[in-house]
Amino acid sequence: MAELAWREALNQALSEEMERDANVFLMGEEVARYDGAYKVSQGLLAKFGSARVVDTPISELGFAGIGVGAAMVGLRPVIEMMTWNFAILAMDQIVNNAAKVRQMSGGQLRCPIVFRGPNGAGGRLAAQHSQALEANYAHFPGLKVVAPSTPAEAKGLLKSSIRDDNPVIFLEAELLYGVKGEVPEGELLLPLGKAALKREGDDCTLITWGRMYYHVEEAAKQLEAEGIHVDLLDLRTLKPLDEEAILASVRKTNRAVIVEEGWSFCGVGAQISDTIQSQAFDALDAPVQRVAGLDVNRSYAAVLEHAAEVNPARVVAAVKKVLYREEG
Amino acid sequence: MARAYPKDLVLRFFRSMYLIRRFEERAAQAYGQGKINGFCHLYIGQEAVAVGVTEAIQPADYLITAYRDHGYALTRGADVGMVMAELFGRGTGYSKGKGGSMHIYDVEHNVLGGYGIVGGQIPLAAGTAFASRYRNEDRLTVCYFGEAAANQGSIHETLNMAAKWKLPVIFLCENNRYGMGTAMARISAVPEVYKRAVAYQMRGERVDGHDVLKVYEAVKDCAAHCRAGKGPVLLEADTYRYRGHSMSDAATYRSKEEVEAQKQGDAIPKLRAWATAAKLASEADFEAVEEEVKATVDEAVKFADASPEPAVEEVWTDHLVEPGERDVPPRERVHGQKVSWPTYPSGTELRVTWDLEPQTPAQLGEPQPGLKKRA
Repeated sequence: MAELAWREALNQALSEEMERDANVFLMGEEVARYDGAYKVSQGLLAKFGSARVVDTPISELGFAGIGVGAAMVGLRPVIEMMTWNFAILAMDQIVNNAAKVRQMSGGQLRCPIVFRGPNGAGGRLAAQHSQALEANYAHFPGLKVVAPSTPAEAKGLLKSSIRDDNPVIFLEAELLYGVKGEVPEGELLLPLGKAALKREGDDCTLITWGRMYYHVEEAAKQLEAEGIHVDLLDLRTLKPLDEEAILASVRKTNRAVIVEEGWSFCGVGAQISDTIQSQAFDALDAPVQRVAGLDVNRSYAAVLEHAAEVNPARVVAAVKKVLYREEG
Repeated sequence: MARAYPKDLVLRFFRSMYLIRRFEERAAQAYGQGKINGFCHLYIGQEAVAVGVTEAIQPADYLITAYRDHGYALTRGADVGMVMAELFGRGTGYSKGKGGSMHIYDVEHNVLGGYGIVGGQIPLAAGTAFASRYRNEDRLTVCYFGEAAANQGSIHETLNMAAKWKLPVIFLCENNRYGMGTAMARISAVPEVYKRAVAYQMRGERVDGHDVLKVYEAVKDCAAHCRAGKGPVLLEADTYRYRGHSMSDAATYRSKEEVEAQKQGDAIPKLRAWATAAKLASEADFEAVEEEVKATVDEAVKFADASPEPAVEEVWTDHLVEPGERDVPPRERVHGQKVSWPTYPSGTELRVTWDLEPQTPAQLGEPQPGLKKRA
């Protein structure tokens, strides 16, 4: 086991897959000469050359579409979005072309492409640079959506995403790139669509993904100190959603709290909550609770930013609520 | 000039244009009968463009277009009945009836689709050309779009990258004068689209799109430019659609006189008159082609009409590729025919030798490496 930062784990995944398959190339802003805006692609230009590690102009819609076109005729592009906020400009190509080309062609074409980059808050970046946008992409048929939390999972899931024959939205986090974790040596592939049960307990199910895993883990530790034991389910993939794992846990604990970084309204948590109420209603001993970002635009001022964010204390409070152990 | 065109080529020009014309007329009729629904954009009046292009390029070249797309597939040899069946929404259509009029794909013939978001197909064309360069293939992409799409941001982004990376794409703007009901000159600071090529230091030209021979010659020339590694071309074809934007458009934004004047320059009788005068083909030759095409289109309509609707289970298929799933070529699925289907080099066979970013000024001035000359 090696201890690697997120960015190093992603770099390994990219490097290994590019070495394994010459159809894989990386394209995006600052990925080549600059070695990556967040240094995820460090050293790849030197290793693979300018046709496989491609610096683009600031044209998100344009290079997203170039990736889709290349994927339609057999290449396996990895398109780096400097952040998912900027990928909003590429939404047409992702949603109207990548997600639909197989269906519109009646199964004649496939689109094996990965769109990846940091999602969510970066810390004091204000409204336009702090958005967690997974709900947008999870909404569309024809896309897979992956949001890992640890370096090992980031590596294993990115490699599987690159090998997948479908368009994959791969969500990283600016605040995670420096976070370290154990990454097994050798080939590491993790299946898309499978959640990981990271803590086991009978009192409540905590469901989360991506960076929020760390807040939830912190909350779980605090709860444990108070004698409350939770199932912590890290979804890792939002689409396809591992409904089986969610329902199995909820049927065991009879309570669920869903934690997400993005806005509450129409968030992914709303979908998960619906899955639980429609398929495990009889198992529930309390209404499902959601902890999410406040439905407001993010501010720059620290006190305002923090007020809108998820934190461990909010998670702890939600668990106590479903356990009917609220104080005051 | 006339001697440069052998009889079989002249008759192919005529047959393809007449096939599109006849097909579109029958499609309009079927629309009126309620057999075709939704949006249906007819190509009548513009036939010389698609036909001139197809005859000037190679079968291996990629073709990608917007939603006025039936004609392109027909010029490339698509099964006429299966295109009509797609318009009818039947399971025997190229996309099993899932795409309809706006989304005709015939991958066997390198027709990579009709796209319904104006300008949305333009970056895709640079992507397929990027793949050709990446694999060191002698293959170009022709990307059709209407003049109104030239005002989308996608074209600026795409032309910039395509020109910088010298991608082998012919960006073919079909200027039929109206984006839906809005005349180009009313909404464009520079209504001549080809002039915009200057901004990217790429070749930009204009051609008479009412003359199939002129389109053919222009595209042959542009294709040679692309294949020589000199980068993309922006070619604007002046053309005109006789019908409305779609079947629901009564086209009140233009006068009857204007439409009639345009019809005087119709490419189909023009070719016929020229070829008979030059004694390249006889009236009898043209009449024989007309009869054959009429019969072909009649058959196509009958085939579409008799075809079943898609099985309702198809609602769930073709959204995501399942592990191990094989792509079934449409003509194999519908007619049991064995067809050639694209295969790509595996990740271990492929050698990428393209230097996308030449390092020295000398290299910058030279044609890019990586393109083979066609023998």
